[in-house]
Amino acid sequence: MKGDYELFTAETKAFIYGEQLRAAQRMLDFDYLCRRAEPSVAALITPERGGFEKLFWGTKEIRIPRITSLAEAAARFPAADVLVNFASQRSAYDVTVEALAIPTLRTIAVIAEGIPERQSRRMAALAKAKGKWIIGPATVGGVKAGCFKIGNAAGTMENIREAKLYRPGSVGFVSVSGGLSNEAYNIVARATDGLNEGIAIGGDAYPGSTLLDHLLRFEKNPAIKLLVSLGEVGGTKEYEIAEAVKAGKITKPLVMWASGTCAKVLPGQVQFGHAGAKANTAAETADAKNAALREAGVIVPGSFDDYGLKIKETYERLVKEGVIVPAADVTPPNIPLDYAQARAEGLVRKPTNFISTICDERGDVHNYCGVPIDKVIAEKYGIGGVIGLLWFKKDIPPYARGFIDIVLQIIADHGPAVSGAHNTIVAARAGKDLISSLVSGILTIGPRFGGAVNGAAEHFLYGLRNGLTPRQFVDEMKKRNVRIQGIGHRLHSLENPDARVELMKAFAQKHFRGTPLLDYALAVERVTTQKKGNLILNVDGCIGVLLVDLLTELRFTDDEIDEMIRAGLFNAFFVLGRSIGLIGHYFDQVRLEQDLYRHPLDDILYDVPKSPENPG
Amino acid sequence: MAQKGIREYDAKRMLAGAIGEASGNQFAFDDRLALVTPDTNLTTLEKEHPWLLKEKLVVKPDQLFGKRGKNRLLLLDADLKAAKAWIAERMGKEVTIEGASGKTTGVLTHFLVEPFAPHDAEYYLAFTSSREVDTIHFSPKGGVDIESVWDTVVSIQIPVLADPAKVEVLSRLPNIPEKEVVAALVQALYRIYVDHHFAYLEFNPIAFSQGKLIPLDTVAKLDDTASFQCAAQWGPIEFPRPFGRPMTKEETYVESLDAKTGASLKLTLLNPDGRVWLLVAGGGASVIYADTVVDLGFADELANYGEYSGDPSTELTYEYTKTLLNLMTRKPDPKGRPKYLLIGGGIANFTDVAKTFTGIIQALAESKDKLQKNHVKIYVRRGGPNYKEGLENMRRLGERIGVPLEVYGPETHMTRIVSLALEEARR
Repeated sequence: MKGDYELFTAETKAFIYGEQLRAAQRMLDFDYLCRRAEPSVAALITPERGGFEKLFWGTKEIRIPRITSLAEAAARFPAADVLVNFASQRSAYDVTVEALAIPTLRTIAVIAEGIPERQSRRMAALAKAKGKWIIGPATVGGVKAGCFKIGNAAGTMENIREAKLYRPGSVGFVSVSGGLSNEAYNIVARATDGLNEGIAIGGDAYPGSTLLDHLLRFEKNPAIKLLVSLGEVGGTKEYEIAEAVKAGKITKPLVMWASGTCAKVLPGQVQFGHAGAKANTAAETADAKNAALREAGVIVPGSFDDYGLKIKETYERLVKEGVIVPAADVTPPNIPLDYAQARAEGLVRKPTNFISTICDERGDVHNYCGVPIDKVIAEKYGIGGVIGLLWFKKDIPPYARGFIDIVLQIIADHGPAVSGAHNTIVAARAGKDLISSLVSGILTIGPRFGGAVNGAAEHFLYGLRNGLTPRQFVDEMKKRNVRIQGIGHRLHSLENPDARVELMKAFAQKHFRGTPLLDYALAVERVTTQKKGNLILNVDGCIGVLLVDLLTELRFTDDEIDEMIRAGLFNAFFVLGRSIGLIGHYFDQVRLEQDLYRHPLDDILYDVPKSPENPG
Repeated sequence: MAQKGIREYDAKRMLAGAIGEASGNQFAFDDRLALVTPDTNLTTLEKEHPWLLKEKLVVKPDQLFGKRGKNRLLLLDADLKAAKAWIAERMGKEVTIEGASGKTTGVLTHFLVEPFAPHDAEYYLAFTSSREVDTIHFSPKGGVDIESVWDTVVSIQIPVLADPAKVEVLSRLPNIPEKEVVAALVQALYRIYVDHHFAYLEFNPIAFSQGKLIPLDTVAKLDDTASFQCAAQWGPIEFPRPFGRPMTKEETYVESLDAKTGASLKLTLLNPDGRVWLLVAGGGASVIYADTVVDLGFADELANYGEYSGDPSTELTYEYTKTLLNLMTRKPDPKGRPKYLLIGGGIANFTDVAKTFTGIIQALAESKDKLQKNHVKIYVRRGGPNYKEGLENMRRLGERIGVPLEVYGPETHMTRIVSLALEEARR
């Protein structure tokens, strides 16, 4: 059974309000370091979702429930009497008022900064009326050495270890500032047998509990022998402490300092970082407060520089007088470092599972192969330039970007009758979504549909690389009974050339340094057209050979070109370009509200045997 | 992040807009108010405010200082021509004000112009807040230094949990004519005081004339943390700096850096010729460092107050340090004595100390020559995550740039570097 002066014990259970997994983990790590039997975090109150969260308990993972309402959490975990309220400035008040109305909750730490003063005053008044405790607002919280830690109080595990917060000492500490509490715990740890409890009440003008409230609590706690406090300029609560000392309500030695003595040399009314840190009257100055405390018998150093010294002197006197028997040291268990931290400190390494060499989305601006996206846009890289960066990892020249643009425009569509578009249309009419319809068209792309580009490149490369004259090449293909890919057109012929082919040829001949494979293919064309006028280099063939010439142009080696062909480079252009047309067909069918397609029966030859073959 | 004074213009504007609803339309305040700033075109002022031509006027500076009558900065019962001349004569002029807390010198930039209201009686009315109660102060003797007639003031305390709509003050007011009217107005104003998150509201005086109450001199503070709730009630509001010395270029620059980030960067220049300069992390620690310089008897040598906190980026700490170093090394001490830069801080909670030192180190390295020329000696004290690396980087920097530099960690008391530097300065 804990005394009413004790807000936290080694059995204390708490709820954390808000999406604060790191704070929760820090609390569990502290618990583990203190060798608590059970974790202090009963549940996370996260209105957005329930379920549970996995957190570490030493080296193993445990499940901490997520509960969407405070009332439900309190009903499920009636033993939890602390709420660490991380709700935002806007909602912290409502959450606190709700918590104050829940009988099982006794102590509420309010972390948010910037809560309106009227709300803070109402929270404080409500808590007082119900005999409950509020720590904060605008605080990091506090710590009960060896027992319980509020949220992020006391900093890193290293700080906690250094300040020996894993076992109780004899000092009760309370300050306004949370930012300085680590420093104070360090001072206390160096000057005494350690902290018993440390609270930061927060720097607002109207904290839910005051320095005096906590000092009176420490006064009643027999485990605390020495009181240490750090106040500041602004407000008059330090006078109440002086009065309490004079009236004998505080009998334990108290070492205290009010900061802000520099205010007298600052111009006008400087508002320090804390909302409450501003002297409105002479009585609110730090000098006046320190004088009043000193006069009441509080041990006040001459300046903060002697603060540690005064604590040490007082502690040693108490030890000498036998009031304090120094707390024994214990060895806390190890807590494994978090991987991220260990890595940051250069203590661990691990092989990566993934590697990317084409882009990086970390940092302010994403980049494509080292070129920031804003530069890509500003310098008009276009789709061709982006393909250069992401497919080839090269900053390709404007004419190469232009050539890729031409290829994509030509490939983009080839009418509704070709296999890919047909499949997309049929899928769209079956009511399938965009991606299903698109994919049903794309999946058609392969050796036959769109494969001619690939085949043409392979065939002509074979001839050129093996030093075959165009005539030898044509003869050999004929001997092997292989149709040369990329040769021949239904309509076009030497006399009636394909405008697309002429356009690409002209562009390449104008801009490329050389077009060896195109030249070879055209030489082959001269042989084939001798036989028949329409056996010309067609659009697929032209794209195939010119893409190979482009790669040569971009200084890829033969081996690299072969590798990219094997990896499906030509299909890549075809998939990318033709997707534009396929998506168009999908939208077209949807807009036209076309019904389910069913192939007409008279377009199918039904040639089913009367009975199946009987294998016997 | 606290109680902030607002202009009388804004206070009266807000009250005029709210009093009708708060009193069930029993009361209305004059909303004819004009604020003259350095950007105001005085020649065309009456176009925007035609009433200026019809009324006798009151003109006074509106810059968060009181006792304007005593300081002879109050023009009463004037016509527009006289009012304009009076403003033109004073706009941009430096004046020294004698107030409750001594003399303050600053530049006049804002003037409030409103109709002059002849009246029968002047009352004192104020609303204040403390931890557990709001207090309404009323005296039938307004328009004087209220401290001198404090025994006539009635103070009515209202618990913070009370419903402001049900507050009743009639029985507590002293005997004055039309007491019921006054009580109803006080209650309505209290409702506004609560709803609008005022932290302070004082009328000295509030005038009584033919059954109507007219706020004359009005002083108000708002709790600016309530801005997320009160945007509509407050309207476009500005929180002016207290009257006094205008900010230096460097202070303005640091304020602009501060405004850009969630982190905090503060700089107040105290004495550019001072030899002790502070570059301290953390709001609490920065105050204590400045305290210790003062408490150890070096108030005259303290050059600045400032802090950086909330994990500012390397770029921001670099800019901040650079600004500080430029001020510090503007000219060497006339007697050739060393200057002291105290790079201090407590033990950080989670901030990576080595990382936050990166920007500082960069700025120090760039200022190498200036630091040498000014005989700057640097003391560093800091703790927290990765502090060893941070201190080691600092130590190596000192060697590299040839500037005396000492580093200390959490094993050394936080302000020890102050006493170390001052002990040396004393020699």
